[in-house]
Amino acid sequence: MPTPYGPKPDAGPPGLAPKLLGFCEELRSEGVAVGTSEILDAFAALEQVPWSSQDDFREALAATIAKSQEDRRLFELLFERWFFRTAEAEAIERGIGERGERHEGGERLDIDELREQIREAIVAGNEGEMRDLARLAIAAFGREGEGSGVVGVDVQRIRRTLGLSTGAAQQAEDGSDALAPIEREELSRFERHLRRELERDLIERTSTLPPSRPLAELDRALPTSPTQDLAAVHRAVSQMKRRLATLGHEQRGRRKGRTVDVRRTMRASLETGGVPLRLRYRPKRPRRPEIYVLCDVSTSVTSASVFFLSVLHALHDSFRKLRSFVFIERISEVTEVFEHERDFREIAKRISSEGGVADVSGYTDYGRVWLEFLTEISDDLDPRSTVIVLGDARTNGREPHAEVFAQIAERAGRLFWLNPEPRLYWNYGDSVMAAYERHCDGAFECWTTRHLESFVNVVAGGVPAAD
Amino acid sequence: MAEAPKPDSVAETKEALAGARYLADESAALVSFLAQRLGKPILVEGPAGVGKTELAKALSRATDRELVRLQCYEGLDEAKALYEWNYRKQLLRIQAGGESGWEEVHGDIFSEEFLLERPLMQAIASPEPVVLLIDEIDKTDQEFEAMLLELLSDFQITIPELGRIEATTMPLVVLTSNNSRELTEALKRRCLYLWLDYPELEREMEIVHLHAPELPRALARRLVEVVRMVRALDLKKPPSIAESIDWARTLLLMGAEDIDRETFEQSMSIIVKHRTDIDLVAERVGVKLADSVRPQA
Repeated sequence: MPTPYGPKPDAGPPGLAPKLLGFCEELRSEGVAVGTSEILDAFAALEQVPWSSQDDFREALAATIAKSQEDRRLFELLFERWFFRTAEAEAIERGIGERGERHEGGERLDIDELREQIREAIVAGNEGEMRDLARLAIAAFGREGEGSGVVGVDVQRIRRTLGLSTGAAQQAEDGSDALAPIEREELSRFERHLRRELERDLIERTSTLPPSRPLAELDRALPTSPTQDLAAVHRAVSQMKRRLATLGHEQRGRRKGRTVDVRRTMRASLETGGVPLRLRYRPKRPRRPEIYVLCDVSTSVTSASVFFLSVLHALHDSFRKLRSFVFIERISEVTEVFEHERDFREIAKRISSEGGVADVSGYTDYGRVWLEFLTEISDDLDPRSTVIVLGDARTNGREPHAEVFAQIAERAGRLFWLNPEPRLYWNYGDSVMAAYERHCDGAFECWTTRHLESFVNVVAGGVPAAD
Repeated sequence: MAEAPKPDSVAETKEALAGARYLADESAALVSFLAQRLGKPILVEGPAGVGKTELAKALSRATDRELVRLQCYEGLDEAKALYEWNYRKQLLRIQAGGESGWEEVHGDIFSEEFLLERPLMQAIASPEPVVLLIDEIDKTDQEFEAMLLELLSDFQITIPELGRIEATTMPLVVLTSNNSRELTEALKRRCLYLWLDYPELEREMEIVHLHAPELPRALARRLVEVVRMVRALDLKKPPSIAESIDWARTLLLMGAEDIDRETFEQSMSIIVKHRTDIDLVAERVGVKLADSVRPQA
């Protein structure tokens, strides 16, 4: 049906129910498991809360739909976007707009006064006011015709003109004025309002919704760059750590070497008049594998090595028989460091200072590393041991010595490779992943927690690696 | 099934919880409210010491229901969680009734008299509505979780010898998890999900004030600020809310007027409980605090 308001977005049938189903559908497409029973619960829950409060509405939905913290994060990301888009689509559909009245008053605004008000609202954390002020700010700038049409650019422009910046810089600028410093989080909240209002403005002007994109994989990837918060990496891994500690308990071998559980056997015997016809067994503890971890710490994997080192750190807590090595051109054992040092930052420091793994060039030499590992360590390898290599297999054009690697693989029970690059980049440039992959029991790309988790399942669960 | 009184609004639930000395945030109050209205179990996850267990206790106080608690641990099985036949008594019955026939004895020893009720059974069979707390569900194995499913969705238990036992009253179920293991989808599906995190500064201050009312506000704020600073470090065991409260009480006992370096070092072991953590905290937080001001002679 053509409308006078430009291309009609697919608004779907009217009413809340289809919108909510659409939202669940979108959550599913992002990998959140939303079952029908959960949707039913959501409707039941929504009947109990007042819809006029956005917080209640959102919490009620979240409590019934998002059942883990990870899910909750995706829920938050999508909730905003979906209901915003839905509302905007509806507005276009019905031709409701705010243009005209929105810019009213823009002329009368005094920038300094506005700045003051915005600052107050930001410090007070008043969302509603911030939103109104964001509109005013946009109006004030619309008047000067400064809009670049690119939302991100405009947000920064408006922020700069308003002289809003975080903490320290602000105080230095204002000198005598003892203004409360603005926290980065608070400021970004205001920026979010600005962005939202600018987007609304744009949608209204063009009468089209920008295409909906799936969440970028990067949004969910682990923050691996060293410039990013190390704590964030560590939080992700400490979660992992707890998982690792209990993993394997779920799969209990029940085939051989079982011991009879007398208590439970007695109890079972009662059903047969006190004669122990059926024996009950004690559950068997899984055997922890012996693990050797080889971690590349060269510059080509800088971004990943923080992550890898913390993985190593986590592994050390969970597996008693674990030996770790770091390598660039040479290999060096760092088990000591991990066993005696609890603080992760300290570990990172000691490894870089005492590792002695760089020789001349500082470029990774996989071939030499295998040779060294084979001569020095591999006598200790036996069929029970698992070797894990963390590296990108980029040899910088040097001899890969795949045959040596094959020997290591043969001596070790299992050999896994974790590559911080997406599978797509393997074997491009100086990556010789294919030469090594043949000898591995499994090669995995590993740059998100999910990758790591599936890998951990393989190691601790003893499930044979897929492909 | 007897109907227990239900709250009418989120605010009412929040107030009731506050009355039970538990300051719930918006989402905790809302989920508690929904759980009572919809009769669904609550699954509470979050770091250790944010008041997950306390929420259940507060709910029991707020709703005036008895609290039945099942502490989970590795290897917990039906016999300890659900019910067990009192086989000693059964043996006695068999021996004592030498003359009676098989049929009679058989029907007799598998009756409720010989049943040992464990927490889950208790919660189901109780004539008064209860709050059932299943603590640290992540410590058990998946088999146990599967066993819980019947209980959580239908509030009934099947005993092969006796048949189905249905709940006479609707228990309010709270499950807590420290997230050490991914719980099964099936279990999560039956629950309302609540993530509890360390509270905001203001709310933690309120909590400290509630439990240590004699502590001056200014000092309470200082205390919470320091605790938050300690939590921001990468510790083996970050201080929980309970430890903030303990610390507040300690400061009261010490008669401290401000948290300076000396007071902090003396009482630090209240909030930090690992040797390596203590070193780290002393190094990172201790130095930020002002030296104690010596009274002028």
